[in-house]
Amino acid sequence: MSDTPLKHPAPALNPRTAVKLEGLPIIIVFFVLIGLFVGFAPTVFLHWPIYNSFLVTIPPMMILSLGLTLVIAAGEIDLSFPAVIALSGFLFAYVTRTYDAPWLGLLAAIAGGALIGVVNGFLIAVIGIPSIIITIGTSFFWSGIATVLSGGMSYTLERLAGTAINGILSGTVLGIPSEAFWALGVAVVVWFILNRHRFGEHLLFIGDSREVARVVGINTLRERIKLFTLMGALGGFAAVLLTLENLSYFPTQGQGMLLSALAAVFIGGTSVFGGTATVVGSFFGALIIGMLDAGIVATGVAGFWVEVIVGLVFVSAVVLHIGIDDPARIRQLQRRLFSKT
Amino acid sequence: MAETTSSRAYEHIVRADKLSVAFGKVRALSDIDLAIGRNEIVGLIGDNGAGKSTLIKTLTGVIPPTSGRLFIRDQPVDWANFSVRRAHDLRFETVYQEKSLGEKQPLWRNFFVGRQITNRFGFIKVREQRRIANEILQRQLGFRGVGIDADSTVAKLSGGERQGIAIGRAMHFDADLIILDEPTTALAIKEVQKVLDFVRRIKASGRAAIYIEHNLAHVHALADRLVVLDRGRIVANIRPADMSLADLTLFLIDLQKTKIGAAA
Ligand SMILES: Nc1ncnc2c1ncn2[C@@H]1O[C@H](COP(=O)(O)OP(=O)(O)OP(=O)(O)O)[C@@H](O)[C@H]1O
Ligand SMILES: [Mg+2]
Repeated sequence: MSDTPLKHPAPALNPRTAVKLEGLPIIIVFFVLIGLFVGFAPTVFLHWPIYNSFLVTIPPMMILSLGLTLVIAAGEIDLSFPAVIALSGFLFAYVTRTYDAPWLGLLAAIAGGALIGVVNGFLIAVIGIPSIIITIGTSFFWSGIATVLSGGMSYTLERLAGTAINGILSGTVLGIPSEAFWALGVAVVVWFILNRHRFGEHLLFIGDSREVARVVGINTLRERIKLFTLMGALGGFAAVLLTLENLSYFPTQGQGMLLSALAAVFIGGTSVFGGTATVVGSFFGALIIGMLDAGIVATGVAGFWVEVIVGLVFVSAVVLHIGIDDPARIRQLQRRLFSKT
Repeated sequence: MAETTSSRAYEHIVRADKLSVAFGKVRALSDIDLAIGRNEIVGLIGDNGAGKSTLIKTLTGVIPPTSGRLFIRDQPVDWANFSVRRAHDLRFETVYQEKSLGEKQPLWRNFFVGRQITNRFGFIKVREQRRIANEILQRQLGFRGVGIDADSTVAKLSGGERQGIAIGRAMHFDADLIILDEPTTALAIKEVQKVLDFVRRIKASGRAAIYIEHNLAHVHALADRLVVLDRGRIVANIRPADMSLADLTLFLIDLQKTKIGAAA
C-alpha cells in the first residue's frame, strides 16, 4: 500500500471506526465463554488437551463459515455445502485408494466442489433462481450422487497415516494441529478478499443492492458465479480436512455441519440482509459454536442440553448484534410493543 | 482498453439512430433519433413512464437496446462490447434518479466502486481512495464540518448530500457527458440551487449534459435544447429561446390531453 506523505494533514481517524474494532462484541462473548468453562470445569479447561481437540474439530466447519460469510455478504445463501463435503470427500477417498495419489485426490476434491459451485452460480445468476431454492435442490442431487458412487459405504484411509499429505494438512506444528493453521490462513485470505479486494467490494455492493451494483458497472453475473465457485472449492478443501482428521470417509460426514456453519456466521454478527459482513466475527462465531458442544458436556451438563444452550447463544447473539448495529431498530421495536395498548 | 478519444475532434458526443427498447410487450422506446453536441445541455422532459430513464440507461450501457445504433464521438458502438464500464471508459457519468450509491458502504468505496484504485493483484489501495474521497468531500463539495467523511456510510446522508456525492463522483472522473436523472427530486430549495449551479458548471467547462427534470422552470432556464418524450417517442425538439416557459407548459398540457383522448 502506498505510504507517500500527504500534502495536507490526513483527516483524523474516524472516531467511530477507531472505537469499533471488527467483531469486538463476539470476541468478548468468546472470552466470557472460556471464562465460564474454566469456572465450571477447571480440571478440563485449564489443560491443553481439550483445546487441542477443538483445534482439530473446528477448522473444517470454520472454513465453511468463512466461505459462507462471503456468500451472505452478497445477499445470497448456500445450503449445498454438506453435499460438497459428501461428494468431495468421496472423490478424495476414491482417488487416494484407487490411484494411491492423495494429492491428486485433494485436487479432485477441490475441483469437484468448485464444479458444484459453478453449477449453483450459473443457475442462480444466469437463470435467476433464488439461491436458497436452488442450493436445496443441488444439495439433494449431489449428496445423492455421492451415496450412489460410494454405494453408501464408508472408506477407511488408514494407509495415509504418516504420509506427507496427512502431516501437512492434519499433523502438528509446534504442538498445534496443522488444521488450525490452515483455517487461520483461509480466514486471513477471506478477510483480505472481502475488505481489501475488488472482488469483495463487488460482493458487498451486490448484497447492498443488485441494481446499484449493475449501475456502477459491476458484472453481477460473473461475480456471483465466481462467489459460488469459491464457496464450492472451500467446501472441497474442508471435506479433505475432515476426511483426513478421521482417516476415513463417511457418506454422511457433512450432515452435521449445515446448522453449525450457518450459526457461526450469524453469531459472528454478519447481517442476513447482505451488504455487510464480518470475517473476524465468523472466525470467533465458529470457535464459539465448536466449543459449546464439547464444552458443555465437559462442564457436566447432560449432553441433550447442548442444543438448548446453542439455541440460546445464537438468538441472544443475533439480538445483541442488531442492538449494536442499529439501536434505532430496537427502540422502534420497543415503541411498537409497549406503546400499543 | 480505455482510449483517449476525447482529444480528437468530434461533432456529437453521442448520437442515437432508431434506438428501440422493449421490456417484454412494453415498448419503452421506439425509433429514437437523438444527437447531442459536444458542449450542449439537453433537457429531457416528458410524463412519468415516458421512457426518459430507459433512454439514458441505454446510452450508458445499463440496458441493451432491442434494436438501433449508437454513435459515441461519431464512432459506432459495438453493442456486444458496450457496458457500464465501457461507458465509464468513454467518460460518460450518470447521476441516477433512484439510488446510484450503495447504502451500507462507506463513501470511499462509493466514490471508486467499478474503477477502484488497486495494485496489480486487484487489492484496493484503501488509504489512497480514502484520501481522495476526503478531498472531494471537502474541496469540491464543501462537506466541511458537517461530520461527513470518507468513512461515513451513505445510509447516514440526506437526499441532497447523496446527490452531491454522485455529482462529486462525476466531477472527479472528469466526464465529457454527464447525465442527470432528476437530480433535484426531494431536495430542499437551497440544495436544488447547488445542483443547478453544477449543471451550469458543466456547460462552462465545455462538457455536454443530458438533464432529466420534471420542473420545467429549471430545464427551461438551463438547457440549450429541450427534447420532449411521449410514450417512448420523441415528439418535439424545442429551443428555449423560441418558446416561453408558459407556452412550453401549455404545449405539454396539450400533449397530456391527446394522450388521455387516445386512451379513452
Ligand atoms: N426494467 C424494466 N422492466 C420492465 N418495464 C420497465 C423497466 N424499466 C422501465 N420499464 C417501463 O418502461 C417505461 C418507461 O419507463 P422509464 O423509467 O424510462 O420512464 P421515465 O420517463 O423515466 O419516468 P419517470 O419520469 O417516472 O422517471 C414504463 O412503462 C416502465 O414501466
Ligand atoms: Mg425516470
